[in-house]
Amino acid sequence: MSARPHAQAHAWIDADRLGYGAITAAVADPIQKRGPGRAWMIAIIVALPLAVITLIAIGAVLTVGIGLSGVNTTVVWGVSIANYVWWIGIGNAGTLISSMLLLTRQRWRASINRFAEAMTLLAAAIAGLFPIIHLGRPLYAYWLAPYPNTMDLWPQWRSALVWDFWAILSYLLFSGIFWFTGLLPDLATLRDRAETQAGRMVYGALALGWRNSARHWQVFETFHKTMAALAVPLVCSVHSIVGLDFAASLMPGWQESLFPPYFVVGAMYSGFAMVVVLAIIIRWGLDLRAMITPAHFDAMAKVMLFASIVMTFSYATEWFMAWYGGEHADRTVVGYFFTGDYRWLYAALLACNCLVPQALWFRSVRGNLWLLAAIAILINVGMWLERILIVWNTLSHGYAISLWRTYHVSLYDLVILFGPLGLFGLGFLVLARLLPIVSMHEVRQVSHAEGAT
Amino acid sequence: MSRPLLAEFETPEALVRALRLARADGHRAIDAFTPFAIEELSAAFDPPRLPVRPIMALAGFGSAAAMYALQWYSAVHAYPLNSGGRPLHSWPVFLLVPFEVGVLCAAIAGLAAMLRACGLPRLHHPLFAMPRFERASQDRFFLLVAPHGEPDPLRRTLEEAGARLVSEVHA
Repeated sequence: MSARPHAQAHAWIDADRLGYGAITAAVADPIQKRGPGRAWMIAIIVALPLAVITLIAIGAVLTVGIGLSGVNTTVVWGVSIANYVWWIGIGNAGTLISSMLLLTRQRWRASINRFAEAMTLLAAAIAGLFPIIHLGRPLYAYWLAPYPNTMDLWPQWRSALVWDFWAILSYLLFSGIFWFTGLLPDLATLRDRAETQAGRMVYGALALGWRNSARHWQVFETFHKTMAALAVPLVCSVHSIVGLDFAASLMPGWQESLFPPYFVVGAMYSGFAMVVVLAIIIRWGLDLRAMITPAHFDAMAKVMLFASIVMTFSYATEWFMAWYGGEHADRTVVGYFFTGDYRWLYAALLACNCLVPQALWFRSVRGNLWLLAAIAILINVGMWLERILIVWNTLSHGYAISLWRTYHVSLYDLVILFGPLGLFGLGFLVLARLLPIVSMHEVRQVSHAEGAT
Repeated sequence: MSRPLLAEFETPEALVRALRLARADGHRAIDAFTPFAIEELSAAFDPPRLPVRPIMALAGFGSAAAMYALQWYSAVHAYPLNSGGRPLHSWPVFLLVPFEVGVLCAAIAGLAAMLRACGLPRLHHPLFAMPRFERASQDRFFLLVAPHGEPDPLRRTLEEAGARLVSEVHA
């Protein structure tokens, strides 16, 4: 690992080693020629029980009821909602990263966009579970959809829950299409390299007959770029709607016009941190050192640093506006952040999100993958704390003083906090064994542009 | 008319050079097959059969308008509900859902248009039977040219431009 990321001749690709064939082999062979390997098996053994207890917890809350969670009549939202915002934030970042970098012609995205998009898909799917299991009466979840019914009822279009339904639905399907489009040429590569009849049939069917024609590429590029251009406003709108779930209420500390943009940046922040963690694991696990270079980590670290500064500024704006607005409840709720029941968590949040990432100013830190991984994990912890504290602080300290209560975390809360990480890991591990985790055709393009072959 | 020739190249530059030479001699270049999108080739062949972006725009704006109309109909006519004295036609919040739905429908229509414009999905294509064609998705660059007259001069041109293997396509 070089301390100076730009020391090598080609920043985004390890040029001496990679021709088009070598790129293809480096990505496709681990899937098609080699077995899963010991690290993968260990990871599956860790992820599987977590995934199973998540499903058990979901089953329990569907049969017993929402009382399993630590919510009470004052703090009516809890870990489920914080998880929802955290996962959808991570989910948003994958597409945001992929599409923003495509539109701004950041060629280095080629190595990271595919798994960032896969991360999006899995995280958004997991996020979508939480509002449903937190509904209280999840069996009526389909009432959110407008359909002709014998009750003559229609959805309440002014409700944030209905906005959420459409936002998650649209986003999940959209990111699925975006991901599949980018995957199509790589599926054709896997079809052409498959050595078994089953491989040829399955990848052949998924590749839809793609044959790398110049005419195909022309339409493909048009469609892919247009999707990227649509993805940026879509992602911003989805996370803004999540912000509006809070901001459209009348609670002190929530009713702020800052919330939508602040949520969008928060999503990008935690998402980039998650991509860094996954990139480090994938680079090591699939031996992709030639494609995911120190320069990639340097660039991603700079984005995290920038997002950290914006987040710090957002927190400061929140405190300032509470004071400047002059509303008593707003002022006391900010006081409650620092001195109330959850003050230690708030201090941890500020340390993780604002203080620790400042280490990224130093090139030696950006070049050290262990430190980078530690910082990225701390950012994700900090971002979860941010979301849970948005819920807890305001609800525990609302307008009616006689209703002030605190939240007590239950066993079920802990299971649905940590369990979905296993679900995510399981999905990711399976995907990594079945589909190319790095976009081969785009890396070939980068390799060509960098003059590496 | 003689059969088209499929020539294999090692670099995109060689393919583009061969394409220019073949066209200059009056041969008809049908298509190229490359492991990644090559900018020089993007305008080299006929434009796509379908305008993907206008179709996406139409689907997006159309579905957004339809969604808005549905909200308006249900909130104002079918099920008017006075919630906190807000106007029945609350247009600012009625913009959120149409936006999400519009983007989704544009994406779905775009995918369908892209596949239609590419003639996909299809299970088989005669070119898949050609030797070494599987390399088109990996590391080789193929050019498909229909010769003008006899195939031999074209074969020589392609080989001089750097083609490694030139084979006749049996359609």
